[in-house]
Amino acid sequence: MEKIFQKLSLSSASLVFIILIGIFITLFSAAKPAIDEFGFDFIFNPDWNKEVVIDAPQAAQNTQSDTLEDEIITDEDDVIIEDEDDMIADEDEEDMMLDDEDEALSKTIYGGLVPIVGTLLTTLIALVFALPIAMGIAVFLAEIAPKNISYFVGIAIELLAAIPSIIFGMWGLYYFAPIVADIVGGYQVSLLTAGLVLGVMILPFMAAITRDSMNTTPAVLKESAYALGATKFEVIKDIIFPYSKVGIIGSIILALGRALGETMAVAFLIGSIFVLPEAINDPTISIPVAMANNFGEASGLGESALFYLALILFVISFAVISLAKFYFLKKAK
Amino acid sequence: MAVMKIKKFSFTYPGVDHPSLKNITLPIEQNKITALIGPSGCGKSTLLRSMNRIHDLYPGNKYDGKIELLDLETGKYNNILEIKKENEFIKLRQQVGMIFQKPTPFPMSIFDNVAYGLRIAGIKNRSELQDRVETALKGSALWKEVHDRLDRSAMGLSGGQQQRLCIARAVAVKPEVLLFDEPTSALDPISTGAIEELIVELKKDVSIAIVTHNMQQASRISDYTAFMYLGDLIEYDKTENIFLNPKEQQTEDYITGRFG
Ligand SMILES: Nc1ncnc2c1ncn2[C@@H]1O[C@H](COP(=O)(O)OP(=O)(O)OP(=O)(O)O)[C@@H](O)[C@H]1O
Ligand SMILES: [Mg+2]
Repeated sequence: MEKIFQKLSLSSASLVFIILIGIFITLFSAAKPAIDEFGFDFIFNPDWNKEVVIDAPQAAQNTQSDTLEDEIITDEDDVIIEDEDDMIADEDEEDMMLDDEDEALSKTIYGGLVPIVGTLLTTLIALVFALPIAMGIAVFLAEIAPKNISYFVGIAIELLAAIPSIIFGMWGLYYFAPIVADIVGGYQVSLLTAGLVLGVMILPFMAAITRDSMNTTPAVLKESAYALGATKFEVIKDIIFPYSKVGIIGSIILALGRALGETMAVAFLIGSIFVLPEAINDPTISIPVAMANNFGEASGLGESALFYLALILFVISFAVISLAKFYFLKKAK
Repeated sequence: MAVMKIKKFSFTYPGVDHPSLKNITLPIEQNKITALIGPSGCGKSTLLRSMNRIHDLYPGNKYDGKIELLDLETGKYNNILEIKKENEFIKLRQQVGMIFQKPTPFPMSIFDNVAYGLRIAGIKNRSELQDRVETALKGSALWKEVHDRLDRSAMGLSGGQQQRLCIARAVAVKPEVLLFDEPTSALDPISTGAIEELIVELKKDVSIAIVTHNMQQASRISDYTAFMYLGDLIEYDKTENIFLNPKEQQTEDYITGRFG
């Protein structure tokens, strides 16, 4: 009996690794053509879906690149108007046909810098915005509010965590974005708007988990500090926070995971253009949004490049989370 | 002389219709050890926790009567049940320290643990802190074992060492009274012996009230013993009288092990 149980738990534990490795292999093999073509330059190249001319006579190149630039611009305009997806698809097909004809003269290159930067920055903004507020909420719920108030606010927070992200996206676009634009100026859809709404989305997670881990602080430990003459503030700062550090870091890790991969809400708010943002209120794009918007009509190298992006997102999430886990948890001990 | 005078004291927990302590009158003598004994649930902890008003971390308790604490500077007694302001609570808890059943090291270094009470009392001078931490650790018979690893986490100490650390931490702020709630019940016999020795040593400087389930412990270390039963104080006397010829039948039954 015990043997069976051992085997069962071992196999379910190894399943996790198999899935993890399986996903990695799938992503890697699908991304392989793009990796072979662009190598690591992909990460630092800000151009997405850009035609470049290779080895052509001088005169031909000039005219060619002129028309091509025009094409790229119209392409970008189309991406902003999201409900005209079909049109983009048509045009992309045309592009592809063009590619085939002019294969000797030009090729399409893909670089991931813009979505990578967009993903990292929106996540960073979300975290910077959400962390202090979540800590404040958690302290209030765990230590300051009377029991019944804490109970009802706690339920409200958990409800907030249950709202589907598309609703956050719509709310952000119609209500929040104009307010942000009024205050900081610039575009309504931007890095900042997306980051802030993302922050609102991860806030309840962080607050709830942090509150729960604060509540695990043993009462005698708090009493010991009070018995030395500590104030409530000192007990929170010196006892409860250090004690619940592990839980707090855990909540940050979960929030990071959610923020890095969030698609729907960000798709509404980030602007979805492949342009490197120069200011915090510029529109740009993130990795999941780039994939969601372009997967339907992508093929060939473009599709492979999207897989390359997915692989990068996978690696970023993995790296960020293991870094947080090993570095901070070691420090906490 | 009594450092604390508990007078006609009654205590009721919130949401409970009867008092858990009834009409207790009891002195805590200066530089002596007073043991509180009695069967489980008789109210020993409740009484001890009233003496530094740690109960007040949770709302809704009802106090009756008086608990007077001697102010060593002015020589006057103040009723601690009248305290309402946070700074008065802080002062009370600096005067009346507490050690719990389980060791409660804070998640910080050994040094910072002992220095904690001093730091929050406003002492910032590095060399003064070092002096007082060293004195407290020596006074708690822990210095020899930890002097070369003061910056390590207190969590790495053994249970007995952690408990002595907690005592050092409480002693460092120089309280008048120290309250111990079954300080050795989670420890092995050797650590228990060390803590008992330490408590006897400490009474030179502080007055001590200790709750214990261990009858031998009470008879070994205490000068006075109070026997409680179901929220009443049955008998209070010199320890030898309680153990050798108790006046009350209930006391005799309890110490001879016939109940409880
Ligand atoms: N927080 C509380 N709320 C309500 N009643 C309580 C609370 N704490 C203790 N009591 C009750 O008060 C009475 C005295 O409890 P207390 O903890 O003081 O006993 P004790 O003598 O310390 O027992 P033990 O030896 O088991 O520690 C008990 O009947 C207990 O059920
Ligand atoms: Mg008790």
